[in-house]
Amino acid sequence: MVRFENVGMRYGTGPEVLRDITLRLDAGSFHFLTGPSGAGKTSLLRLISLAERPSRGLVSLFGEDLTRVTRAALAPLRRKIGIVFQDFRLIPHLSAFDNVALPLRVAGVAEAKLRDNVREILEWVGLADKLEARPPTLSGGQQQRVAIARAVVMRPKLLVADEPTGNVDDAMAQRLMRLFEELNKLGTTLIVATHNAVLARQSGRTVLHLENGELATAAAARAAS
Amino acid sequence: MNPPGLAIPFGRDGGSRFLPALTMLMVFLAGLALAAVMGLEHTLADWNRGLTGTLTVELPAATGAGDKSLAAALAVLHATPGIKSATPIDRAATMKLIEPWLGTSLSPADLELPRLIDVRLDPTARPDLAALRAKLTQAAPGSVLDDHQLWLDSLARFARSAELTALAVLALIGGVAVLSVAFATRTGLAVHRDIIELLHLMGARDGYIARQFERQALRLALIGGVAGLALAATALLALEHATGAAALFGPGVTLLPALHLRGWNWAMLVALPPIAGLVAMATARLTVLATLRRLP
Ligand SMILES: Nc1ncnc2c1ncn2[C@@H]1O[C@H](COP(=O)(O)OP(=O)(O)OP(=O)(O)O)[C@@H](O)[C@H]1O
Ligand SMILES: [Mg+2]
Repeated sequence: MVRFENVGMRYGTGPEVLRDITLRLDAGSFHFLTGPSGAGKTSLLRLISLAERPSRGLVSLFGEDLTRVTRAALAPLRRKIGIVFQDFRLIPHLSAFDNVALPLRVAGVAEAKLRDNVREILEWVGLADKLEARPPTLSGGQQQRVAIARAVVMRPKLLVADEPTGNVDDAMAQRLMRLFEELNKLGTTLIVATHNAVLARQSGRTVLHLENGELATAAAARAAS
Repeated sequence: MNPPGLAIPFGRDGGSRFLPALTMLMVFLAGLALAAVMGLEHTLADWNRGLTGTLTVELPAATGAGDKSLAAALAVLHATPGIKSATPIDRAATMKLIEPWLGTSLSPADLELPRLIDVRLDPTARPDLAALRAKLTQAAPGSVLDDHQLWLDSLARFARSAELTALAVLALIGGVAVLSVAFATRTGLAVHRDIIELLHLMGARDGYIARQFERQALRLALIGGVAGLALAATALLALEHATGAAALFGPGVTLLPALHLRGWNWAMLVALPPIAGLVAMATARLTVLATLRRLP
């Protein structure tokens, strides 16, 4: 599903923030991505979610080598990827409902069809009573859940989540993790970046550890902790 | 139809409230400048029409009751082809002309007034003025034929340079208007780079994202443009009214050049808001597409 080979990345003309990244996310897998602040977790997820191009190396997504894909052909690939941003990126003027409906509307789904879908997803994250609330009137954890609902409403094949439990207490974090497990059981491939190494280890899932722009082996990660 | 909730509400942030306000100001200024150019053009055309068809013959004051020079001059004029009418201006009318300077207490008999003949030409005729002048001098010694040409020439020169200046001002205001509407649109969009990237990452195509912002820009600029047009129209109507009011003081008194805007002039003014809207729309499109081009 996702394959990186010796990938390096830099912002503009800056230093490489990612070096020699080689990884594989198989279809239906569930990975955690840990590492200290500034290690490059967000940068790596941006590469996976087609928000950045690598400055070297090979990235392939859904079996397609990205160097061979035209810019126009990236749009349909993006519709198969759900993204939970570290900073949510909810649109403040739109209600929770309209924020979650956004990807469906962009994809041209009819209003009549998307209504039930959006309600169901918001119920699923426990926000059935907040459909009309605007993000600034929601708590951090509630905004986080709207962001997750928006990322999964298109039933993406790949879900990329950046610190989705960063703003919630442990109980809510556990609940969100169960939501991710549920999605994974339905066939979604997941990669979740988190500071919370304990949470990652508890899950029993594969943990990718980033340190200073380089991927440590799982064994080294265990040794380090 | 735009699905509900998708319209990017740019216009709620301070940065883009700027766009309607600026469009309003620019359409107002451009409207006034355009009206000035068009009004000046009409005034010039009116003067031309009013003056090219007329001549004035001026005879020295009558030397006595037996003075036949007026009749002789009239005979010459009536015999000239291309002259529609030649009417002596009677003493009462001549008095009226000089009344503002001399007052009414003087009796016309006290004055040695020159006698004037108002001559109207066929609009198509081009009489030989040099020959006419020679014949008039023979028939009525001391007569002067005034074809207003000198006055009209300098007036036309003045009006043309005034018109050129107004045109230059219009071009300048037009240029500044286009630039500032474009700039305001760009400023409004700068705040929305995040939303643009967000829609891009959701798999929206460039044209689709650009359309969302184009519509908003068009709407905002039209709102501002219509308000600016209303302001300009109010100002112009007030000016026309003032010109009319000044005319009440007497037929010859015009403090202001008449604006005389006709149907198609108003049509050109009405075209200003849509033009502003199109500028904003095109800028929004180009700005969004430029932002998107920087994304992979
Ligand atoms: N837009 C950018 N332009 C330039 N440098 C950037 C940009 N974003 C991140 N960086 C740099 O890239 C490096 C990795 O940042 P990144 O955001 O990927 O780290 P992170 O692991 O997500 O950190 P955190 O846990 O704090 O979110 C940092 O040194 C950062 O300064
Ligand atoms: Mg980060």
